[in-house]
Amino acid sequence: MSATTTMTAKGRLLNTMSRSGAINVIAQLWPWFFLIVLVVYFSATGTGFLTIRNFGNILVTSTLVLLMATGQTFVIITGGIDLSIGYTVGLASVISATVMRDLANSGNDPTLAIGIGVMAGLGAAIIPGLLNGVLIARLKIPPFIATLGMWGVVRGAAFLLTTGKNIVGDLPADVRSELRQIGNGSLLYRIPEEGIVWFKQPADLTNVQLRGLDRLLPYPVLIVAVIVIVFAFILARTKFGRHTYAIGGSKEAALRSGINVERHLIIIYMISGLTAGMAGVLHVFRFTAGSPLVGDPVLLDSVAAVVIGGTSLLGGEGRISGTVVGALIIAVLQTGLVILNVDALWQFIVVGCIIILAVLVNQLQSYFESQKQEHQEEYA
Amino acid sequence: MPNPNADPLLRVEGVSKFFGGLTALHQVDLEIYPGEVVAILGDNGAGKSTLIKCVSGVYKADEGRILFNGHDITSSTPHDVRELGIETIYQDLALAENLDVGANVFLGKEKQKRFLGLIPVTDDEYMRQESAKILNRLDIHIPSLRQKLVRLSGGQRQAVAIVRALYWDAKLVIMDEPTAALGVPEQRKVLALVRSLRDQGIPVIIISHTMQDVMEVADRMIVLRRGRKVAEVPRSEATVEILVTHIVGGSELL
Repeated sequence: MSATTTMTAKGRLLNTMSRSGAINVIAQLWPWFFLIVLVVYFSATGTGFLTIRNFGNILVTSTLVLLMATGQTFVIITGGIDLSIGYTVGLASVISATVMRDLANSGNDPTLAIGIGVMAGLGAAIIPGLLNGVLIARLKIPPFIATLGMWGVVRGAAFLLTTGKNIVGDLPADVRSELRQIGNGSLLYRIPEEGIVWFKQPADLTNVQLRGLDRLLPYPVLIVAVIVIVFAFILARTKFGRHTYAIGGSKEAALRSGINVERHLIIIYMISGLTAGMAGVLHVFRFTAGSPLVGDPVLLDSVAAVVIGGTSLLGGEGRISGTVVGALIIAVLQTGLVILNVDALWQFIVVGCIIILAVLVNQLQSYFESQKQEHQEEYA
Repeated sequence: MPNPNADPLLRVEGVSKFFGGLTALHQVDLEIYPGEVVAILGDNGAGKSTLIKCVSGVYKADEGRILFNGHDITSSTPHDVRELGIETIYQDLALAENLDVGANVFLGKEKQKRFLGLIPVTDDEYMRQESAKILNRLDIHIPSLRQKLVRLSGGQRQAVAIVRALYWDAKLVIMDEPTAALGVPEQRKVLALVRSLRDQGIPVIIISHTMQDVMEVADRMIVLRRGRKVAEVPRSEATVEILVTHIVGGSELL
């Protein structure tokens, strides 16, 4: 190997970083580090940040982005993107709220109405996913364009179903109270000065106690945690997940290995629709109403969560665990800024900067990789 | 050496392929017998890769038939063709660089085990170990099998592509420019592999521009020019000059 006599400090640093693989460690860990720094910062400078209630809030708030981002992770790993999920969330919430309301109003048992409403919402959400999949995998339309078109279609459909209104909110009272049991409920409560109660919020609480009530294991968080863990498992350990990475890494390699790429991609976009549908249905449980407007403002956040978590927009790499950190960073940021009384609009600037940082780290990784490659080729 | 009395393992009959107004292949006939190495030569655009892709199922021939071991594979998918025992190593290797050696060797045919006795998951350890066995047998050294392919050198990646072809008990191996990206020692290893395949009775079709490779390893040379088969020369009659003349045209001079 040729001796390098005059190397600049920068050159030496780059050399060491590239050889030691340090960049890969940094790339994997920096989102976690950033999250911890954010939490520490807000805890130190904001009153009421470091409380169980606030952390519970953060987790519950993050469920919407996290669900959307989970499906989006699969899509982005295959080298695609799904812009339509914002309104798919809305569509699912509208359909499930409408079905619940109409079934309950025509005399059906509220629990049954809710159950069927859930199925209807989820089922409806898969349809845009299926259409996206066919447009992209079979008709070879670029994902950005196909899902942009579907964005418009789903938006129209969602508003048509509400006859232009922003909300489907007139669910009967018994349905609403059942919905709240899950949407607002928790597996574990801590009642101030009384201790811990499982499963049900006691009916006989004083106002003081109600204000101090801590929901320690909110159902929405538990449900979303289970969903996310299941999808993370599928992506990391199963044949389906392996093929997802393969398609993202080299569509040709996947095709020539005999993988049915077309069918796989259709399923991927259906998964994206499904998770968006879950988010929409969850919204109905939390707010006892459906709205076409629920998911769209959060669409870019879902992509941001995926990118911040280390998934490359070019496809082929990424993990759900990273997406989780990304979603948490966004939720912590939003909550923290509110507690600090900083104009919440700053969050957009901060999130934007973090995304750029995430992409830069990714680029550095690729750069070092290619440098290492050249080095090896020369001296192989 | 091929047994001329045996039936051909692969038979390509009158195959043509068009891309719009372009004739990539025109009425090509070809036969491959067990235990021989056949080289397909031709200039760029002669149709070599197209022919191979018709055999391996990536393209569907517009005219003619392709028969393998008695099966009509003219319309088969790449999956079906692999199932029948034809393994193809493409010029661009068709490897997933974001996955490791084991994952690539087993791509599309992943070995699974049961998680908690119930859920099928990929058995990465098994796939890695099996790949290691073949790599050792072929005397190819890859330091860590857990690394993604993007970290490996060109020669190592080529080796992985070959291991993938070998692992699945190929009955016919097709190689498109196998030594193109390799250094000299690795080129020799690849050619040794080709010979050992032939010695095991597995025929190899090798597309190559490299005359030395072809002269060293092929039993028979087939030349394509502008989509047509223009010559078929056994090793005993072949010289570099004759082959080049066929490739470039001007065989009227011979």
